[in-house]
Amino acid sequence: MIHHDVIVVGGGLSGLRAAIEAKRAGVDVAILSQVHPGRSHSGAAQGGINAALGNHPDGHDDTWEKHAFDTTKGGDYLGDQDAIMKMTQDAIRVIYEMDHWGCPFSRYEDGRITQRPFGGAGFPRCCYGADKTGHYLLHTLVEQAYKFGVKLYVEQYVSKLIVHDGVCQGVIAYDMIRGGFESFTAHAVVIATGGSGRIYSNSTNALINTGGGMALAYHAGVPLKDMEFIQFHPTGLFTTNILMTEGARGEGGYLLNGKGERYMEKYAPKFMELAPRDIVARAGQTEINEGRGINGQPYVWLDLRHLGAEKILERLPGIRDLAIHFEGVDPIEEPIPVVPSQHYTMGGIDTNFDGATPMPGLYAAGECACVSVHGANRLGGNSLLETIVFGRRSGADVVRYLEGLGERKPPNARTADADLRTMEDKVSALANAKATEDAYKLRNEMADITRYHFGVFRDEPTMKTGLDKLLDVKARSKNVGLRVSGGVFNLDMIRTLDLESMIDVALCMASGALNRTESRGAHFRTDFNKRNDAEWLKHTLAYYRPGEAGPRLDFKPVTLGIFEPQERVY
Amino acid sequence: MVEITFRIKRQDPADKKNPEFHWEEYKVPFEGNLTVLEALFYIQEHYDGALCFRYCCRASICGSCAMYINGAYRLACQTNIKHLDIVHDAVPVVSVSPMPHVPLVKDLVVDMDDFFAKYEYIEPWLIRNSADPEKEIAQSPKDRKNLDMPIDCILCGCCYSSCPSVWGEENYLGPAALLKAYRFEVDSRDEARKERLPLFDNERGVYRCHTIMNCQEACPKELSPTEGIQWLKKAAVRRRLFGRLK
Repeated sequence: MIHHDVIVVGGGLSGLRAAIEAKRAGVDVAILSQVHPGRSHSGAAQGGINAALGNHPDGHDDTWEKHAFDTTKGGDYLGDQDAIMKMTQDAIRVIYEMDHWGCPFSRYEDGRITQRPFGGAGFPRCCYGADKTGHYLLHTLVEQAYKFGVKLYVEQYVSKLIVHDGVCQGVIAYDMIRGGFESFTAHAVVIATGGSGRIYSNSTNALINTGGGMALAYHAGVPLKDMEFIQFHPTGLFTTNILMTEGARGEGGYLLNGKGERYMEKYAPKFMELAPRDIVARAGQTEINEGRGINGQPYVWLDLRHLGAEKILERLPGIRDLAIHFEGVDPIEEPIPVVPSQHYTMGGIDTNFDGATPMPGLYAAGECACVSVHGANRLGGNSLLETIVFGRRSGADVVRYLEGLGERKPPNARTADADLRTMEDKVSALANAKATEDAYKLRNEMADITRYHFGVFRDEPTMKTGLDKLLDVKARSKNVGLRVSGGVFNLDMIRTLDLESMIDVALCMASGALNRTESRGAHFRTDFNKRNDAEWLKHTLAYYRPGEAGPRLDFKPVTLGIFEPQERVY
Repeated sequence: MVEITFRIKRQDPADKKNPEFHWEEYKVPFEGNLTVLEALFYIQEHYDGALCFRYCCRASICGSCAMYINGAYRLACQTNIKHLDIVHDAVPVVSVSPMPHVPLVKDLVVDMDDFFAKYEYIEPWLIRNSADPEKEIAQSPKDRKNLDMPIDCILCGCCYSSCPSVWGEENYLGPAALLKAYRFEVDSRDEARKERLPLFDNERGVYRCHTIMNCQEACPKELSPTEGIQWLKKAAVRRRLFGRLK
C-alpha cells in the first residue's frame, strides 16, 4: 500500500496542471499514468488554445465575455453559463502563465503571442504554436511537473477506485513495468484520463483514449453527464482518421466536394469553413451521402494549395508531415482527402466548475469530465483551454478540500486491501475463465456499432438497433477470458479490462442519444431535427446500475442567466 | 493477398525457462496503408496475446513506439510497409527489434528510466530570475525561430539508443537530454546564467559527443541533436576561455 495525500490519475494537460497546482500549495501529490506524461494524447492537439488576448490585428475588440458568448452559442446553449464565464475569464491568465513557463507559442513582430481565426469564434482568438500547440503545451507542463517535484508513477494502469463509506480514498493500479496490482491510498483523487474516442472505430484519438477514467467514476456510482454529445471533426484523414487541424481552415484552407465547389456556402454562408464543427461535419457528411464526394468516393477535399508553400511550412508543418506519412499526399501539391471523424467527448464525469464530483474526495478534469462548458458542441481551441483552466481549478479545490478535512484520518486500510483483492480476484477469474468470446473481436464490433448507429446523423430505428446490438455485445462480453495471465506489460489483460469500460461508456452514449428526442449541437436526429428547449434544455445524467445492462437516466437543469438561448445561425 | 512476414525479436528476461532472446515469425495480411504498429496489434490479437510493445497516439507525436525496424530507428506507427520497399520481394520480411543498447523490459519494450533521469538532471524547464510580466514575455519571431528545431523533440529515445558515446559511457547524458538543455539555453526568455551550464559542461556532458551524427540519422522527426550539442559546447568552451556565460 502506497499513500499520497492526492492521487491524480492521468498525466495529460489536466492531470499535470491539477498536480502542479496542488504541489505548489505544499500538498503531497502523485500522478499515476498509463503512459509517460509526455506521451499523453494532449500532445496530439494541433490548432491552438482560445483566449481573448486581443493580439491579432482583427482582435482588438475581443473580450472574454464575447469568448463566453461564442462558446455558449457554439454549444447550442447546453453549456452551464457560469462555468463558461469562469473558463473564458481564466483563459487569459493561464495562457500568460504557460508563456512564463516556457511554452513556445508563435510570435508577432512585436513579440506577442500569435492568434488565428477558429471555428465559431467572432474574433481570431486561438493562440498557437505552429500546428503543434498541444505538443508544446504538454511538454511545457511536463517540464514544470519535474521542476515542482510532482511524484510520477509512470505506466500504471488504474483499474478501480477505492471507496470507503461513500468517500473516494485512492485507486488500485497495475504496474505495467514491474507487474502486479498495488493499492494507492489518498485523501483525494483527481481523474484526468481524457476522452473515450476509441469507443468509435473512426476516431482521431490516441489508442489509449478508451474512456477508462469515466468508467472508474461511473462504476463507483458517480453519474456521467451528456454522454450523447459526440463531436465529429470535419477533417480526419480519409484512411486513418488522423486529425487535420481546424487551423488549416483558420489559415484559409477550403473544403471542396467532387464538383470542385466550396460547399460550405450552402450551409454557413457567413462563417463558411469556420462554422462550428458540428455544422461543418454535417455538411461534409451530407455531400458524401448525396454522392458529391470526390469521384464518388466517401470523402471530400481539404485544399490548402492556394496558401502557398511558405505559409504551409511555417504555420502547418505538422499536418503536412502527417498527410505525407499517413495519406501519401503533400498538401503543397495536392488536396487532402478527409472525412468527418469521431473527435471529442463533450460529456463526461459530472463535475462542478471546481472539478468536484458528487462523491466526496473525487475530482475530474479535462475531457473525461463534463463541467459543462462545451454544451452540445465544443468549439475548436476550447479543449486545450478546458484542460488547463479546470486542471488548475481542480488542483486548487483539492487543496481547499484537504484543508476542510481538518485533522485527516488515514484512509481505511481494510477497504483498500479488500479492493485490491477484488481486483486481483477479478483478473484471476478472467485468467481461469473458459472463454467462448474473443475480447478483441467484441471491441471491434462495438466500435463499428457506435460508428454506424450513432454517427453524424441519427434516427430512432438506427439507434434502437444499435443499442440492442451494444446490449448483445455487453452480454457476450461476460464470456471473455485472458490469454495471458500475470507478468509485465500485459497488454492482453489491459485490453480485456478496457472492454468492459468501453462498452459501459458506449451504452451511456447510446442510451442518452436514443432518449434525447431533439437535435442540439453535435447530436443531430433526422427524425427530430429541431432543438426543443421546452423539453430538452437539460443535462442527461447516466447512472450505473450494477447487474443491469444499461444505465439509469436522470436529468439536471442547465445554468443559464447570462445569454438568452437563440437560434444558431452562422 | 500478399502476406508480410514479421520477424520479431522476443525476450522475457523474467521467464526462468527461457530468458534469452529468440526471433519469431508471424504472417500478417498486407493491405492498403498497413503500418508496423497495426501489424503488431494484428500479431498480438491473432497469434500471441503476450507480445509487448508501447503505443499511444498512432500519429507520430507521442514518441511511444520507437523501435529498430529493418535496420533503422523508426516509429512503428509512422512506418508504412509500402515505404519499406519490401512488398515486391519474393518473401517480404519486416524485422522488428527493441531499441538496442537500452535495458530491456520485455519484447519490444525497453526501460526508459535512465533516459528520463538524464532528462530531469539537466533541469529541462525555463529558468527565470526576474519577475514575470503581467502579459507574455516578449519574444521576437527571430528569437522564436531558434526554438523551431529542438521543441519538436518527442523524447522517443531513438537518438539515445543510436549514440555510440552512450553505449560506451553509461553516465553520458546523451543527445535527447542535451538537445533539451539547448532548447532552453537558446530561448530568449530563459535567464539561466550559471544554473544549467555546469550540468552539461562536465564529464557527463557535451564533451562526450564526438559528432558521430548517428542521432541525426536516427531521429524520426529529422532533428539534429548534434547541432544543439555543438552550440552548448561552444557556450561551455567560451565560458572556460573567456569567463563569459552566454
